[in-house]
Amino acid sequence: MNLLNVENGKWVQVVNFRGGSGMHRRLSQLGFLPGNRVRIVRAAPFRGPLLLEVEGREIVLGRGIASHILVENI
Amino acid sequence: MRFALIGQPNCGKSTLFNQVAGYKAETGNFSGTTVNFKETKVRVLGDVVELVDLPGTYSLLGTNPAERVVLDYLISKKIDVVINVIDATHLVQGLLFTLELMEMGRPMVLAINMMDDATRQGLKIDGEKLSQLLGIPVLPMIASRGQGVRATFIQAWHAAKETKIPQSQKYGEEIESAIKDLKGRLKHDGFPISRRAIAVKLLEGDPEITNKVINKNPGIADFIHGHLDTLCHRSSRQAVWMVATERQKIARELAKNVSLQGETHLSFRDKLDDYLLHPFFGYLFLLLVLGGFFALVYGIGNWLEVPMLAFFGDLTNLVMTRMKIEGLLPQLIAGIIQGVSGGIAIVLPYLLPFLLGLGFLEDIGYLTRIAFLTDALMHRMGLHGKAIVPFILGYGCTVPAIMSTRIMEDKRDRILSAALVTMIPCAARLSVIFGLVSFYLGPWAALGIYIFNILIIAITGKMITRFLPEDSPGLILEMPVYRMPTLRTVTSKAWFRIREFIFEAWPLLIVGSVILAGLNYFSITPYLDKIFQPITWALGLPSAVGTPLLFGIFRKELSLIMLAQALGTTNFGAVLTAEQMMVYTIFVVFYIPCVATMVTIKNELGAKNMWLITGLSLFIATAAALFSRYVILIFS
Repeated sequence: MNLLNVENGKWVQVVNFRGGSGMHRRLSQLGFLPGNRVRIVRAAPFRGPLLLEVEGREIVLGRGIASHILVENI
Repeated sequence: MRFALIGQPNCGKSTLFNQVAGYKAETGNFSGTTVNFKETKVRVLGDVVELVDLPGTYSLLGTNPAERVVLDYLISKKIDVVINVIDATHLVQGLLFTLELMEMGRPMVLAINMMDDATRQGLKIDGEKLSQLLGIPVLPMIASRGQGVRATFIQAWHAAKETKIPQSQKYGEEIESAIKDLKGRLKHDGFPISRRAIAVKLLEGDPEITNKVINKNPGIADFIHGHLDTLCHRSSRQAVWMVATERQKIARELAKNVSLQGETHLSFRDKLDDYLLHPFFGYLFLLLVLGGFFALVYGIGNWLEVPMLAFFGDLTNLVMTRMKIEGLLPQLIAGIIQGVSGGIAIVLPYLLPFLLGLGFLEDIGYLTRIAFLTDALMHRMGLHGKAIVPFILGYGCTVPAIMSTRIMEDKRDRILSAALVTMIPCAARLSVIFGLVSFYLGPWAALGIYIFNILIIAITGKMITRFLPEDSPGLILEMPVYRMPTLRTVTSKAWFRIREFIFEAWPLLIVGSVILAGLNYFSITPYLDKIFQPITWALGLPSAVGTPLLFGIFRKELSLIMLAQALGTTNFGAVLTAEQMMVYTIFVVFYIPCVATMVTIKNELGAKNMWLITGLSLFIATAAALFSRYVILIFS
């Protein structure tokens, strides 16, 4: 499943990323690495971005990218 | 000697730089405030040291142009010591970058900044132990209060003198053997960083370094691909993720060993954000903040402008009646007074509260919240929420706003944001809106112009998106914690920009007024007015406003200050109708960006885009002003 399928507040674990190497690099430096825990803190209305907590930081991600991050339950 | 300040976004590098250099670098509580490197000379233990502040970057992967600057600087210039600044409250993430920097093979000191925040969160960090584990000096720091700054520079000086090269941490066996193999195949290549660092960059797939290395060592390409394939095959993941994962393992281990409390708590800001990012109250609060900000600028500005304008009006009359001579001289003196009063009575009263307010919003960390709330809206214009950073900076000055588009990964996004940012009324245009429209027609008319402006920008964005279809990945931004700004950073930030106005723009305003007085005296202005005649005619404006519009291209304030000269009075209410004031101001808000902006666009995005954006702005200005003229005609 991808990040968009996860309910708010629930911790999940990053598995992989579907996409080019440029985005791999970008996400890896923000803490989205396999095995790392992530949760959706809140979602902006009107199909806006997600506010995620990962590695002690809060990161805002658009839904497009979030849908490419594959996660699994812990 | 050259010292380089390197760190992740929002870790306080620029605050540190300003502590040492005086206020020269912009600071703000969101990532991407510094997009280019800044240099200054400082004296450390008797040596003159060149200190460079590099843009904040999460890693040396160079994923956007601002981050690229850091890697380019490291591989092209010789740095005697790297001062790595990390945020104590994000120790693991900071150390990740520290480990990467240590591979570069340059002497290094680590400054752990924001120790006060860490203490507040109950986080204890054993700097001495960390120093032993890493083998580099580690110093605690609170840059915003200047604590630990001196000690850091002294340690950096020693590290540079002794050229102590830090020992890199070891990765897992698979990666290490790939590094060793590639390292062996690199001939002496002339990069000022270690061969190990280059080998790691090759495994991470850095496109530019890979190209450079292959150019110098043509045989190496097959080996690079071979290693990448093997690593990728074994783990079913990209090599860049493997390297990052291993680095993270080391960083976590280090952090566990040296800090007392592993995880940081987000509870307080979570609670505050429950309201400020709420689907309903969040937007309500946003409107209140923006409305309050507008009221503040209007209130203070108007309160100062009225008595000062009256004073300068009396002064001009006094001088003119006392001198009792005809000719050029009194005209020129009146020109000087007009230029001076334009700066002090019309521009500064609005500029000052505006910059203080913007600086406060920036530093407290609210701007990224605005990006979060408005991302969906920005999408309608074909942009993502990150564009909100240049947009908001654009209300201050268009030049840094255009430069800040570097935080966007995609060229299309950069061009589109730059085109739209030029239409945002900067502080110079703010003085036209407030000095003319709100002064004579009231604050609601001025607010109307701001709202109309946003509508036009949205429509333009929508139209351009048709030609440049969206394929950008969307918003990626770190949400900063709330920080109470210190009075000193907010005021020195405002002073940084006010100083620019006083020393660069104001003299130009005075000279412009004097030149116009001369042009008027020799009856040259009618010829200059002809340039804008087709437009002024279509918009129903007096043709005399052509010259101020022409000079407005140099500095937008001139289109207001010189209006007084051109129309022969500072009492615009007597010579312009309400409709004309609105139409003129709307045209000024949109038409041709000022020269400084045009140069910046050329540097950032090329000459072709500069002319495209300039042409577009002239077209939109005319269309928007015509539209408003007919709307006003219909309703009145």
